[in-house]
Amino acid sequence: MTIATLPDRPFSVPPEEAIRGRSLWADAWRRLLRNRAAVVSAIVLALIALACFGASWISPYPIDDIDWENISTGPSALHWFGTDENGRDLFTRILYGGQVSLMVGIVATLVSLMIGVAWGAVAGYFGGRIDSVMMRTVDILYSLPYMFFVILLVVFFGRNILLIFVALGAVQWLDMARIVRGQTLSLKRKEFIEAAHASGVSTVNVIRRHIIPNTLGPVVVYITLTVPSVILTESFISFLGLGVQEPQTSWGVLIAEGARVMETAPWSLIYPAIFLGVTLFCFNFIGDGLRDALDPKDR
Amino acid sequence: MRISKMMATLGTAALLGLASAASLTGPAAAETVIHRGNGAEPESLDPHKLTGVPEANILYDLSEGLLVLSPKAEPAPGVAESWDISDDGTTYTFHLRQNAKWSNGDPVTAEDFVYSLRRAVDPATASDYAPILGVIKNAEPIIAGEEKDLAKLGVEAIDPQTLKITLNSSTPYFLGLLTHSISWPVHKATVEKFGDQWTRPGNSVTNGPYTITEWTPQSRIVLTKNPNFWDAANVKIDKVVWYPIDDLAEEFKRFRAGELDVTSVVPSDQIPWIRKNLAKQYHNVPYLGTYYYVVNLTKEPLGSDLKLRQALALAIDRKILVEKITQAGQLPAYSWVPPGIPGYEPAQTSDAKMSQAERNEMAKKLLAEAGYGPDKPLNVEILYNTNENHRKIAIAIAGMWKKTLGVNAAITNQEWKVYLDTRDKKQFELVRAAWIGDYADASNFLDLFLSTAGERNDAGYNNPKFDELMKKASVTANPQERNKILHDAEQVFLNDLPIIPIYHYTNNYLVADKVQGWVDNVLGYQLTRYLSVAG
Amino acid sequence: MLRFAVKRAFGAIPTLLLIIAITFFMMRLAPGGPFDKERKVTAEVEANLRRAYHLDEPLWMQFGRYLGKLLQGDFGPSFQYKDFSVNELIWNGFDVSWRLGLSAMILAFCIGVTIGSIAALRQNSGVDYATMGLAMTGIAVPNFVVAPILTLVFGLYLSWLPVGGWGDGDLQHAILPITALALPQIAVIARLTRGSMIEVLRSNFVRTARAKGLPERIAVSRHAVKAAMLPVVSYLGPWTANIITGSVIIEQIFGIPGTGRYFVTAALNRDYTLVLGVVIFYGAIIIVLNLLVDLIYGWLDPKVRYD
Repeated sequence: MTIATLPDRPFSVPPEEAIRGRSLWADAWRRLLRNRAAVVSAIVLALIALACFGASWISPYPIDDIDWENISTGPSALHWFGTDENGRDLFTRILYGGQVSLMVGIVATLVSLMIGVAWGAVAGYFGGRIDSVMMRTVDILYSLPYMFFVILLVVFFGRNILLIFVALGAVQWLDMARIVRGQTLSLKRKEFIEAAHASGVSTVNVIRRHIIPNTLGPVVVYITLTVPSVILTESFISFLGLGVQEPQTSWGVLIAEGARVMETAPWSLIYPAIFLGVTLFCFNFIGDGLRDALDPKDR
Repeated sequence: MRISKMMATLGTAALLGLASAASLTGPAAAETVIHRGNGAEPESLDPHKLTGVPEANILYDLSEGLLVLSPKAEPAPGVAESWDISDDGTTYTFHLRQNAKWSNGDPVTAEDFVYSLRRAVDPATASDYAPILGVIKNAEPIIAGEEKDLAKLGVEAIDPQTLKITLNSSTPYFLGLLTHSISWPVHKATVEKFGDQWTRPGNSVTNGPYTITEWTPQSRIVLTKNPNFWDAANVKIDKVVWYPIDDLAEEFKRFRAGELDVTSVVPSDQIPWIRKNLAKQYHNVPYLGTYYYVVNLTKEPLGSDLKLRQALALAIDRKILVEKITQAGQLPAYSWVPPGIPGYEPAQTSDAKMSQAERNEMAKKLLAEAGYGPDKPLNVEILYNTNENHRKIAIAIAGMWKKTLGVNAAITNQEWKVYLDTRDKKQFELVRAAWIGDYADASNFLDLFLSTAGERNDAGYNNPKFDELMKKASVTANPQERNKILHDAEQVFLNDLPIIPIYHYTNNYLVADKVQGWVDNVLGYQLTRYLSVAG
Repeated sequence: MLRFAVKRAFGAIPTLLLIIAITFFMMRLAPGGPFDKERKVTAEVEANLRRAYHLDEPLWMQFGRYLGKLLQGDFGPSFQYKDFSVNELIWNGFDVSWRLGLSAMILAFCIGVTIGSIAALRQNSGVDYATMGLAMTGIAVPNFVVAPILTLVFGLYLSWLPVGGWGDGDLQHAILPITALALPQIAVIARLTRGSMIEVLRSNFVRTARAKGLPERIAVSRHAVKAAMLPVVSYLGPWTANIITGSVIIEQIFGIPGTGRYFVTAALNRDYTLVLGVVIFYGAIIIVLNLLVDLIYGWLDPKVRYD
């Protein structure tokens, strides 16, 4: 063996077994997969979503089909979940309704998340006058009468399905901003932020990489509160003429109708409520799992 | 620890504070009380400013006009004991009771009525219903602001017990009109002293069987017997409490729990159960009103094609609608004016006596003749204001049109004020509507569609023959002749089908067994003075 | 701190003015007015109505007139309830709403924080899953389902409590509404507390307290809980404002004469003065409560400073 043929690194390893470094996200992903509740929830949620968006293949009836012989009847072989007061199959309506509710729940929540987190973090981090102006703006928007806002949306933009997301997201981000701001106020004095400062990290990156990830705890919890709130608010605004129009429906609307007739037609309330409940539980466990997975201190 | 202790203290304090907010409980049980559901918080208890049924219910207990409603809802002597009508029917002379008194002891005089009627037509009062008094001489110019002198109104106090009213022309239903609150008296000194607050307990002075002793908005209104009422001896209930409950299911629960003796409505989904289990307490009474869809005659294709309108009207299976969807015993409607007006026979559409199969056949034929069919489907839009019943009916009708005619009906809802605005601006194709009679006369329904009716004529109906017949009726003195002319006018109207009549209303309420003296009537008013509570 | 509070108080005035102005003009843009009814009034009567309420004046004039009256503390007459002024309606309503709301808030806070803390201390155990599952149910079931069920079970079937109404404002009429108001909030507060506590329990200062030998009970209650309250307080600020001004649904179902229903019905009826009245009232409460929340932040986390 000559010097030229000595291996260039001590204890060198064949290339295919080289150790790959683990990123934070890979770490978190692995932890998430180990959380059984979260995984089961994700599967259940996926199944529900598949059923809802595949409603046109799965459901035995079209959404507006009226069975004149079976008006407001309970579960039977013909109608697994019973029929509503107009004789329409409830199973079908729950599936189609899920399309709206799931979309609304996810999209509106994402919208409120993005705006709210950014707003709150910036306000809390900079403090002083910027904080003052930003949070006073939140106060003003919070105090304005929501009903008129929705009515005017319809008046000016017509009956656009996209408007639902605007109407719903527009209010949810306010609470989110407040929570994130509170967290930021507490966080910005912590040592690791000072360390980031000291090592010359830019302000944008301090906010983006240090503040925001550390507010995720309450944010994730709050998201699991926003989703049901959004779904139920959607039923309220369809009362105002915005949102889903007959024969389209949503879980919020179905539950509101069911609550009205809960004594005479309990199935109208129970089945949509079960679907909504299970979905929310799934979001909840996934959310908890996410928070546990992303928390660096959780070993 | 400290935190939770603080919480406990705060918590107890809050609950104590809550409990101390309670006033002392009411007087001893020797007096009779009746609890009545009323559906909505009244907008005002000023007889010249109120517009709705909840307000009228309460006011019938507080005030009395020249005439009053009998238990059968017919005009009966009120403050006026008797009256003379001139031969040409334009002058009424009322003789007031000697013992009619206000709740503070003042006598009720003809001067009170003169003041009140002038106040009703005064533009400054801005009264919604003032135009009803338009039959009185000079009322219309005063309301319009053209005549500034209120004294020109055709009412005169000959002496404290005699009131003379002069009309523009003979008006057979004038006496019935006087049972409407717009013509009732208000106490001048009270109104002038307290202004807008005169109706409040402590300020209010009224001349009816009860006075108002408590008004908690959104909670309850308590009326107590007026000892100065001329007929106080026959008023058997000491206290009536009116509850403005707008949630139907909750009102029904409170009735079942015994907290209410009378409800204002009944939730329609409970009606089958009620018919079986509360049959004796359930009252299902024809009500003077019609539920219908207005066709926008300025919009194509429905506006110009009578065949299309007829096809749509024929294809509605009203029987199934009232039996399975609304379930409240309503009457399928083939006329505009509902039945129940004494002396008036409503006109009918030609399909009134057909079977539904026959109607469907005819509908398909008419649709094809109009040029529509499976390859050219008709698309229409139904507008309604957000409400459970309207929604169910619209869905059902759309379903029927689809099944029988292949028509695609889009259904949209709007919130109340936006809906009214859309109707005014005629931006709809078909819109859901309802009309409840103000008083028992066919003209109250037919007048809506005069070409001169302005915004009230939301179909945009304009038929000179119809206008002509209505005008002729308004100057006919003989009631039978007049009703016949009105019938002919209605027939002309129905032949043009600017509206699609759907059903005639019923009133549904629950009355507890212990309430006696209850008489169902077509106007839906049961004055507390005629009732009594057993046990 | 005092300087901070005073500065905020002054900042409240332009905030409120903006709220008033935006709301005023927003309302006028919406179709329909307070006097539109299904029974159309004749043109003359409509003109009379508009004149009586100054609706025939140019908008900027009406706005100025409104502000002038406002400075004297007069919110104007209600357009819908003609025999009452807005001041009276809000005052009488709030007298009821705040009692119900505050009781519900205190109840929800005490129970929620306790449950959330216990769940956090026993993270991922059976107790944790059970309580959080229950909490999730409380959040998933809307109040317009819970409230009628409560009246049905406790009012009708068991007859323990009145089905509805406010009666004389006594306790038995208040129990069910307070419960219905508190239940969903117990759930929310429990979840927020748990989430926050889990993070705090791992923090250095709690570790230090334990290392120093403090009994777990004191370490948790005196140190951990306080620090964990931050997100709960952030949420409580606006939510307290909501609950003491009343919940529409609860008030409608139980027949409570509070201010909550005005937020919806006044807008639906286009009762301009009443809408402005409740909006201003609500805005003022929000501003005050947010100030309170910020002050509490300072107490909870001594590091929080307002520059």
